[in-house]
Amino acid sequence: MTGYRLSHGGGRIDRGQSIDFSFNGKRYAGLAGDTLASALLANGVQLVGRSFKLHRPRGIVGAGCEETNALVQLEHGLSSIPNVQATMIALEEGLVARSINAWPSLTWDIAGVNDRLRGLFSAGFYYKTFMWPDWHWFEWLIRRAAGLGKVPVVPDPQRYEARHVECDLLVIGGGRRGLAAAAQAARDGKSVLLVDLDQGLPSLEGVRTFEKTAALGIWDHGFVLAASEGRVLHRIRAEQIILATGKQERGIAFANNDLPGIMLAGAIGRYVADYAVAPGRSGIFFVNNDLGWRSAIEAAQCGVGVRAIVDPRPQVLPELADRARAHGIDLFFSSLVQSAHGRGRVTGVTIEKPDGLSRLACDFVGVSGGWNPASQLWTMAGGQTKFNERSQSFQPDGLVANVEWAGPEPIEAEPIWTVHGGDEKTMFVDFQTDVTVADIKLAARENYRSVEHLKRYTVLGMGVDQGKLSSVPGAMILAETIGAKPGTLSASKVRPPFVPTAFGLIGADLRGERFRPRRYLPAHEWHVREGAVFEDFGWERPAAYPVGREDIQAAAEREAAAVRSGVGLFDGSPLGKILVAGPEAAAFLDRVYVGTPSTLKPGRIRYGLVLNENGTILDDGVYARLQDGSFLLSPSSAFADRMVRLLEDLLQCEWPMDVVVQDVTEQYAVWTVAGPNARNVLEALQPSFDLSSERFPHLSVREGKLDGSEVRIQRVSFSGELSYEIQVPAGQAVQMGDALMAAGKPYGLVPYGIEALEILRIEKGYIHVGTDTDSETQPGDIGFGGAIAKKQSDFLGRRALTRRSSLSPNRKLLVGLTSLCGGILPVGGHVRAPSGQSGGFVTSSQFSPVLGRGVALGLVEQGQRRLGEIVEIVSLGKRWQARISETVAYDREGGRLDT
Amino acid sequence: MMRIACPNCGLRDEREFAYGGEAHIDRPELDCDDQAWEEYLFLRANPKGEHAERWVHVHGCGVWFNLIRHTETHEVVAVYVMGVARP
Repeated sequence: MTGYRLSHGGGRIDRGQSIDFSFNGKRYAGLAGDTLASALLANGVQLVGRSFKLHRPRGIVGAGCEETNALVQLEHGLSSIPNVQATMIALEEGLVARSINAWPSLTWDIAGVNDRLRGLFSAGFYYKTFMWPDWHWFEWLIRRAAGLGKVPVVPDPQRYEARHVECDLLVIGGGRRGLAAAAQAARDGKSVLLVDLDQGLPSLEGVRTFEKTAALGIWDHGFVLAASEGRVLHRIRAEQIILATGKQERGIAFANNDLPGIMLAGAIGRYVADYAVAPGRSGIFFVNNDLGWRSAIEAAQCGVGVRAIVDPRPQVLPELADRARAHGIDLFFSSLVQSAHGRGRVTGVTIEKPDGLSRLACDFVGVSGGWNPASQLWTMAGGQTKFNERSQSFQPDGLVANVEWAGPEPIEAEPIWTVHGGDEKTMFVDFQTDVTVADIKLAARENYRSVEHLKRYTVLGMGVDQGKLSSVPGAMILAETIGAKPGTLSASKVRPPFVPTAFGLIGADLRGERFRPRRYLPAHEWHVREGAVFEDFGWERPAAYPVGREDIQAAAEREAAAVRSGVGLFDGSPLGKILVAGPEAAAFLDRVYVGTPSTLKPGRIRYGLVLNENGTILDDGVYARLQDGSFLLSPSSAFADRMVRLLEDLLQCEWPMDVVVQDVTEQYAVWTVAGPNARNVLEALQPSFDLSSERFPHLSVREGKLDGSEVRIQRVSFSGELSYEIQVPAGQAVQMGDALMAAGKPYGLVPYGIEALEILRIEKGYIHVGTDTDSETQPGDIGFGGAIAKKQSDFLGRRALTRRSSLSPNRKLLVGLTSLCGGILPVGGHVRAPSGQSGGFVTSSQFSPVLGRGVALGLVEQGQRRLGEIVEIVSLGKRWQARISETVAYDREGGRLDT
Repeated sequence: MMRIACPNCGLRDEREFAYGGEAHIDRPELDCDDQAWEEYLFLRANPKGEHAERWVHVHGCGVWFNLIRHTETHEVVAVYVMGVARP
């Protein structure tokens, strides 16, 4: 016989409301208030899954979050959630659940053959079995066999949210002690939050209550993560936490103790009392503590057939024995259940009595091996535990800041962990990961004598239940095996989350589009109008503006050629704009830049490098001296935020000077007009100052009006052409873009994007820090050795440049690389050194429309001293011949900067 | 997840701050020897106990400050402004 619904009782169910659900494709009916587990039991479903390694048939063991066997795949519309405990699922109309880890079906599972071969699958068998000749030979097989449920194939359609909660007192656990603590604190005027895994808590005045909410872990300073129904993540900050998390029952390892129908005694008690569900008609209880007796007696009182109670102790309280006898239960003292029998479900047990063995038939077994305090959250918070002889468990001990333990009194239990005499290979300690007494003994023989080593070697406690049932018995059996005093080995460390939790919930509000904010240029709509294709460079930036059926590459080549022959318009708004002002601004910047900003005249601009203290280039960019005591720095777009942080760090911590730093990057848009006709375009917009090279030379800055708007214009060039960078308030970006487009029309002005800029800069040998440099590149490597030698004073990274490694002749230096066949060299391709090893690599590479061939930059060992040499470049099995050349491939004299 | 008392803004969640490494590392003079520079760049204390470190209230007022944290319990023992000696 199997489980069924009792005709009366059941505090949680509503007999008037039937609920249809499906399990493994078959339809069943449960009642409102059921969990999936109680409904399955009531329908007589005993087999719910297969074990992880041996694929043995398994049934429901527990009634709450300690459940280790009954993991199901929950399917709901598109979503498919693996490894959900059936005991934690509230039954809903139309619920669809499947067993995991069984193929092709639960009852006829091919991998069940593993159980026959279980001699092979001992602890550490992966390490031993798949060593020869190489474990990768077996990888495909192991990966198919590993894991429990199925990973969903579509993105998680579930919506998660995160909330922040603060309270004076957080009570975790809504049992008697938790409720009392919460009520008292509320009366004392504290703001109190009570969370509990279950539902149906009484409402208390002044207490906020979160039901169906699991505390996942405790971190520093009263920080707790909790999950409501797996959908809402609460980030709780509590001044004080009370842990009233109660207790958890544990099993006893006897032969075949994993047969379906063998359950925790307390779980049987809960199914009977809460759901009016009996696990069978005729049961035997194997218990070593009084609470186990109470579960048996209560089940009998509710009309469940209880045949016998087996207890290793010689006697119990007369009151318990009398009550049990009154229900017709046979009592066996000083006795043990030595083994269980049955195929696919339990049909009987062998009892070891003082006068010998005898066999009893039954259709369910309730086991109680004692009770542990649910101290997982306590130990996560850093709390210690101490072995308690009476209860044979590890009780919270000592003090933890902000956290108080309010668990139950220890429950006396006889020390019994294994029943000797049976087949130890079928005496299961961790059901979910198939760890047996034999595995633990093997681990001990092979000298895995610490609980953490035992855990790694046998996977004891590594399942989704995190060893709630198994880690204490596992540690005790190990101690027994190696002859250690009981309690000298505590259970292995427990980690968050306390209950299985979806990754999506941990990310909660930071998924998808909300993971990182998109940053749009002030003139975004303008670019959309001009047909830009955008790419994410920290900002959404136009990669190119394709015309007709052009692809990005073709568009970029057309745009780059247009800049060289006429004029182009580029949106450089993300370029960093940092104001540094104050009496000591110049002296401060002298310490920051490789160059010497203090020698710069107002109105002029200079190129500069910033290093870290290790001598590595962090950024290159220009800085302008606006007035005597104020500078405008233009770090690269990618470095702008970090540059502000660096300057603040130096000013506040290293060199307190009379300087202020202000980041105005986002206040201004930047339009770059570049090309031989750039000046003509600006002239058409009636500038308030003279644009001629005599009055406004290359590398200078002017403030004034253009097309009636206040602008600041920097004459700098990242394209090698005559170029003006026009800064306007961000709000006027579109208006200025339109004006420049209109003014440029007679000159064939085209907008150009990042891809075209890339071509232009590589042609000119202008580096892009982070692309053409890596974490080893120093100024000397890119041709700035001379500038450093001239500067007298100290600056960031200067000392590092005098180390032996910085002066080595073998450093990788920046060079141009010209493909002999005219093609495009692969970025990342390695320059083969005479030794056959890598002697450098290609950093940037593009097709140059103006030169009609590929242009590339690379970091090559001794590069600048090897100009003209032919090298071989290797990438992904292909080879190219290339000549080492000057970095500048186009307009080496720079005449085009000033046409 | 610690709570840290910013000298300007008061008690805030750790996520508003960024860690800046060990505090009180003096930058040597330019003419120091290689060993002194190596120690400045790379060698850091790693105590089990109280550790002086630099933090910045990056999603707040932007101030850098020192604090002493117990590396085992994450207890914040002291917070003090830049330029002040370790208490």
